[in-house]
Amino acid sequence: MHSAPPRPKTPTDVLRSRLRDTAMTAERGTQATLAEVFSEQAVDGAPIAFAVAHLRADKPVLWVQDRMSRRETGRPYLAGLPVPLRILHVTVSKPADLLWTMEEALGCPALGGVLGEVWGDPAVLDFTATKRLALRSEAHGVPAWLIRRAAHPNLSAARERWRVDSLPSLPDPDDQRAPGLPLWQADLFRSRWRQPGQWVVRHDQDGLSFEHGVDRPDVSVAPHDTAPQSLRI
Amino acid sequence: MNHESKLPALVPPRNTTARPYPGPRPTPPDDLDRAIAALRQALEAEVGRPRLKPGTAHSQRPDRRPDWRAGSDLPRHSPDSAQRPLPQNTAQNSGPALDRPLLARRVTVLHFPRFSMERWLRAAQRRGEEFPDDLAIALAVEGAHGPVIHATNRAAEQQGVQIGSRVVDMRALCPDLHLDFADTRADLAALDRLVLWARRWCPWTARDGDRGIVMDTTGSDHLLGGEAAMLREIEERLSALGLSSTLAVAPTHGAAWALARFGTAREICAAPDLPQRMARLPVKALRLTGDTVLLLQRLGLKTVGDLAAVPRLSLARRFSRAPLAENPLLRLDQMMGRLAEPISAPEDPPRFAVRSRLAEPVQDPTAWLPDLCLELCGGMAAAGYGARRLRVTVYRTDGEVSWAEVATARPSRDASHLRRLFDGKLDRIDPGFGFDLITLSATVVEKLQTIQTRLDRQADDGAELGKLVDRLTARLGGGALRMPTARSSHIPERAENWTAATAEAPPPVHDAPSERPLRLFDHPEEVRVLYAVPEGPPAQFVWRRLTFKVSRFAGPERVAPEWWADLPGTRLRDYYRVETHIGRRIWLYRDGVLGDGRGDIPRWFVHGVFA
Repeated sequence: MHSAPPRPKTPTDVLRSRLRDTAMTAERGTQATLAEVFSEQAVDGAPIAFAVAHLRADKPVLWVQDRMSRRETGRPYLAGLPVPLRILHVTVSKPADLLWTMEEALGCPALGGVLGEVWGDPAVLDFTATKRLALRSEAHGVPAWLIRRAAHPNLSAARERWRVDSLPSLPDPDDQRAPGLPLWQADLFRSRWRQPGQWVVRHDQDGLSFEHGVDRPDVSVAPHDTAPQSLRI
Repeated sequence: MNHESKLPALVPPRNTTARPYPGPRPTPPDDLDRAIAALRQALEAEVGRPRLKPGTAHSQRPDRRPDWRAGSDLPRHSPDSAQRPLPQNTAQNSGPALDRPLLARRVTVLHFPRFSMERWLRAAQRRGEEFPDDLAIALAVEGAHGPVIHATNRAAEQQGVQIGSRVVDMRALCPDLHLDFADTRADLAALDRLVLWARRWCPWTARDGDRGIVMDTTGSDHLLGGEAAMLREIEERLSALGLSSTLAVAPTHGAAWALARFGTAREICAAPDLPQRMARLPVKALRLTGDTVLLLQRLGLKTVGDLAAVPRLSLARRFSRAPLAENPLLRLDQMMGRLAEPISAPEDPPRFAVRSRLAEPVQDPTAWLPDLCLELCGGMAAAGYGARRLRVTVYRTDGEVSWAEVATARPSRDASHLRRLFDGKLDRIDPGFGFDLITLSATVVEKLQTIQTRLDRQADDGAELGKLVDRLTARLGGGALRMPTARSSHIPERAENWTAATAEAPPPVHDAPSERPLRLFDHPEEVRVLYAVPEGPPAQFVWRRLTFKVSRFAGPERVAPEWWADLPGTRLRDYYRVETHIGRRIWLYRDGVLGDGRGDIPRWFVHGVFA
């Protein structure tokens, strides 16, 4: 027999610890919770890379796709992922199965994260379902990412909701005609713990870096209302 | 010329007085007399010792077995006799006094002359391949100088294909020979399963070489109506399995082995007829190695009778240092029952099953499952096993039986985990008018040691992951859960192996030598492309009814087909990493180049998407 897993945190524990830690900024990067990523384009690699870049590579990751997502946007390809991951991949046919799989997986502390891809706006993915996922993710400390394709940002209990799209990449220093380091437009339009905002995101060896603009004339940056500052996770 | 063939041939002496043959070192006669007297004394002392009666060990075995049993790995010995030490070449003329208890046993030997071939044919039949009877088929194994024939069918044997000869020679002899490689390890495993299956006739069965089974059927033949009826039934049941067999019953293992191979069909040899019957058999029937048989034949000893007529002393001196398989004297003693040869039968594999008898019929077994799981896990924990496969069976009042089965990714005896695997599975059991008996059995078990992997009271990640894999597989089916692992191939879709997920995953290999997309389409999607030059990059393409202008590109990266895996007409691919005017990065390839002689104008495909 193996030693027992640590006791999961109850929602009360989570809330209590959050009250104690009033400065949410310290918790921002480490708190495991549910986040949603939307994309204007149905087939775009940016939301996936954005979510994967947030995961830790030391533990395996459960990756759930419904059948439609897999047919329309392809399957994950190990050699191209921004972070080397061990993947357990599940293909399900119904959104209810996808939610059940994510919920089961979020109770497993051996996972480094759970990534679900949902196509469209299924009826079962409502406020209650997302709240269950969020609470379970916080109780067990396993981050959950929902990637929504061809979907509308309806009511949801996800603690962070992003909209991520591709931007023209930086020029390649070795080849002027080739695309270089990819840039993404990330729009945090709802967040529980911090100010929403818009950033231009890049991912390099040092991790993700969020900026309010790049020093390149042809990149169109959305207007921002907060003071320009740099933030690194 | 072999040095052994220079030895003087042994002539069976007329008189029975032991006379040392004129060897290089003649033994002084007074030494010999002293040795014989000492041996006789030792033998008398041994015969005078009280001996375990053969029936006593049988009566000690429990009649009723418990519901679970854990096997010890030690082999069981048949209740043959008190384990006597192997006598070292007793140099006495008449040998030890005839041992009645040894000859009182009845030993059955099953010999499968075409075991590998028949297994292979059955497997081929299961795959849907049919072979005509007159097609010569042979199975080969790797030999010292290339493959050699391991098994043949009847047609191949009639055309002269010999077991043990090289495949190239037999191909020259029989050009139409259908050849495949034998799976000897699977053959042995199948034979081991057959050994357990043969326990239906007697409790002591063991594997005998690589194509035989030996059974101690003393006292169990009357259950089947005598030995002749028992042999007929064994042969019938084996032929129903598709196995041809030759069988024999004799008082000793050696005699039964010999009669199964060199005797008549289903031969039965009684103890008093043993010496006469054995005397006519060739020396090959003594379970000796090929070299020893050749040596005996060169010495002029063609049959067992010839060998038995040679004085023991001469044989004992000649083969004093030979091991058992090369020692005709010890083999002869085993055959004639002068030397004990107990059958060491392997222990039954452990079986774990618990049941719950209900007072009146119920419709839903869910409420009884936790107790059954606890009881089963207690039994498995006591024996040190964990379940890989579990089955709940319900016995309905109308006589029907239905069941539900679950499997685990790694052995487990965690009762709550095993019970959760049945969630949703029990709905598929049709209860009918209710059932009054529920059994829970572990159909596949593996050894599970108690291990502590960490000292800091944290959970073992592998165990937790294994449980998750079990739960997902139990609900979604085995095909839904896959795991990609890196594989060495240039073709992008072959660079990943999607295998069934297990808890022990290999570490990821992340040495991306070139730019690869993070999404790959299962089937590349064809696009219409505008280009400036046919061999150049695309300038614009239409994909999913949207037009994309290419603003930047990198490539081409040429990936040639793998000639060892692809069909001959497969074209090479030129991959381009392009960025469109709206900033999306897509992986395109052109299937072939113009004028490569493998088709028309090359087509373009989208194969993946970059971040």
